[in-house]
Amino acid sequence: MSAIAGRLPLSFSDRESLWFLSILAVIAIAVPILNLAVPPSSPLHVSTYVLTLVGKYLCYAMLAIAVDLIWGFCGILSLGHAAFFALGGYAMGMYLMRQIGTRGVYGHPVLPDFMVFLNWTDLPWFWYGFDRFWFAMLMVAVVPAVLAYVFGWLAFRSRVTGVYLSIMTQALSYALMLAFFRNDMGFGGNNGFTDFKDILGFDLQQDTTRSVLLVVTVAALAASYCVCRAIVASRAGRVIRAIRDAESRTRFLGYRVESYKLWVFVFSAVVAGVAGALYVPQVGIINPSEFEPINSIEVVIWVAVGGRGTLFGAAAGAALVNYAKTYFTAALPEVWLYALGAIFVGVTLFLPRGLAGLMPAASRGK
Amino acid sequence: MSSPGRSNGTRSVRRSWRELREAAKRRAPPPLLGKILYLEKLTVSFDGFKALNGLTLYVDPGELRCIIGPNGAGKTTMMDVITGKTRPDEGSAWFGQDVDLLSLTEPEIAQAGIGRKFQKPTVFEFLSVFENLELALAGDKTFWRTLVARLTPAHRERIAEVLHIIGLVAEQGVVAGALSHGQKQWLEIGMLLMQQPELLLVDEPVAGMTPQETERTAELLLSLAGKHTVIVVEHDMDFVRSIAGQVTVLHEGRVLAEGDMDRVQNDPQVIEVYLGA
Repeated sequence: MSAIAGRLPLSFSDRESLWFLSILAVIAIAVPILNLAVPPSSPLHVSTYVLTLVGKYLCYAMLAIAVDLIWGFCGILSLGHAAFFALGGYAMGMYLMRQIGTRGVYGHPVLPDFMVFLNWTDLPWFWYGFDRFWFAMLMVAVVPAVLAYVFGWLAFRSRVTGVYLSIMTQALSYALMLAFFRNDMGFGGNNGFTDFKDILGFDLQQDTTRSVLLVVTVAALAASYCVCRAIVASRAGRVIRAIRDAESRTRFLGYRVESYKLWVFVFSAVVAGVAGALYVPQVGIINPSEFEPINSIEVVIWVAVGGRGTLFGAAAGAALVNYAKTYFTAALPEVWLYALGAIFVGVTLFLPRGLAGLMPAASRGK
Repeated sequence: MSSPGRSNGTRSVRRSWRELREAAKRRAPPPLLGKILYLEKLTVSFDGFKALNGLTLYVDPGELRCIIGPNGAGKTTMMDVITGKTRPDEGSAWFGQDVDLLSLTEPEIAQAGIGRKFQKPTVFEFLSVFENLELALAGDKTFWRTLVARLTPAHRERIAEVLHIIGLVAEQGVVAGALSHGQKQWLEIGMLLMQQPELLLVDEPVAGMTPQETERTAELLLSLAGKHTVIVVEHDMDFVRSIAGQVTVLHEGRVLAEGDMDRVQNDPQVIEVYLGA
């Protein structure tokens, strides 16, 4: 079988995985050491700003892997994955808000500041349990999963596919954004959550806490990569690619296509949710703008730039495009959107298989 | 089942086909068991156009039935109804005595034992020949099962056997998209065999094939009849003559004539609407 696998464009040899996981390991070890152990005067010192930036990119990479699984392998172009990312982020944000306790501006022991400001007297029922870390972490996975399950069940059962499905996912994200903007929703309205103090008792402003968060993010990214790869390499993974390439044929082979799409969609939403949960304590804020439709579209661009259907390419694309974004928005802010458009058009025209297509092993197959 | 060998020359080919046809008849179960497919008074209309108009058709187990008819006669629509892609407005469709096809979804019908080969070869282009056959393997096809599925030695043997039957042993590691047109058609027939269906629906298997490929496809289909019931939709008259026992002529959504090739070809109505000369 290994000889067969070597000749196929999509069942990449494990060399890419090894490289990818090694790079992640280097980041997890080097960045915290250069931040904590190397004095700021040294040219090798990594500032806390850069440390946080790297953590942010890693969360985006996880989101990109989630989108690649559903788009690159299953052919479902989801333009709503930022919504799952934001929901995971909100679940984490709720925990962090409850952790503030009496240290808020109003010093209320139970209610977060914005509720006191709105003259609320009781904690809404859906905030119950979020003072416990394990419960919040459960919700980080459960809330996106349930939303993806209900949405997917309705959409895939009705055989909504292609551009119609993409539009529906955009609408879903947009509807959630509008809902979260409302103050009465109980999620802080347009300000969202911010001013977090600590997580599990550790101060979020401490470099050590931030370093640990980075390491945890690397571990989560590596784990999602490995699970996605295991799914893709299984027979179910081949069925998923079969669905992408010839959906009705797959049905006539006796596969319940809807159920395959549904479970991959749910899993992908969970990965996006976990990425969002790791993102929020590192950037220190979550607000409804995370639901903005443009965010989901940007994720698709990261994946296209990195290389659809490769997983590691998607992660690399997320890091590279966001590095470019960081650079442009600081140096030439008005140019950024044009640059993003140019990157997308350029990749589509000249690198249809993304940057991963430049790798010798990947180009050998076709 | 052994692979049909390549024959030299038309004369010997014709004889071998006759032999294969006889062999297929011997393998077929006695007709007392009832029909394998009952289609009764099927009517399908698309915006007023009746693609099927009271079609009634019965097929015996183990039979190799050819369906012919001009474009728009309802051949593909009939296959769509049998496989659950299209729901008829009226009529009934039963698979054997106790499977009501009209109450099942496409995957359920496939699981019940009906395999379909499309007009245009549809294989999974980015998967290898081996993997294409693996996906077609009969068995539990739920998501959670396939997630942990491993190939057993029995499965490998079955795949090897089918690779042998369709003559693609050497190409098993090749991406299906790189196969020739004829090889894709055979791969698709191989995928049908992996499903181990009782009934195979084969839509235009020799369209666009070279004479050699056509000949080999005929051998392949003949070797399958008997063990499986095969329904072939085809335009190529020589091909139909060479393989079919029973021929059904469809016209405007209903059966125009039925019988062996000679009888059908001499039917004045058939001559008028289809065969022309």
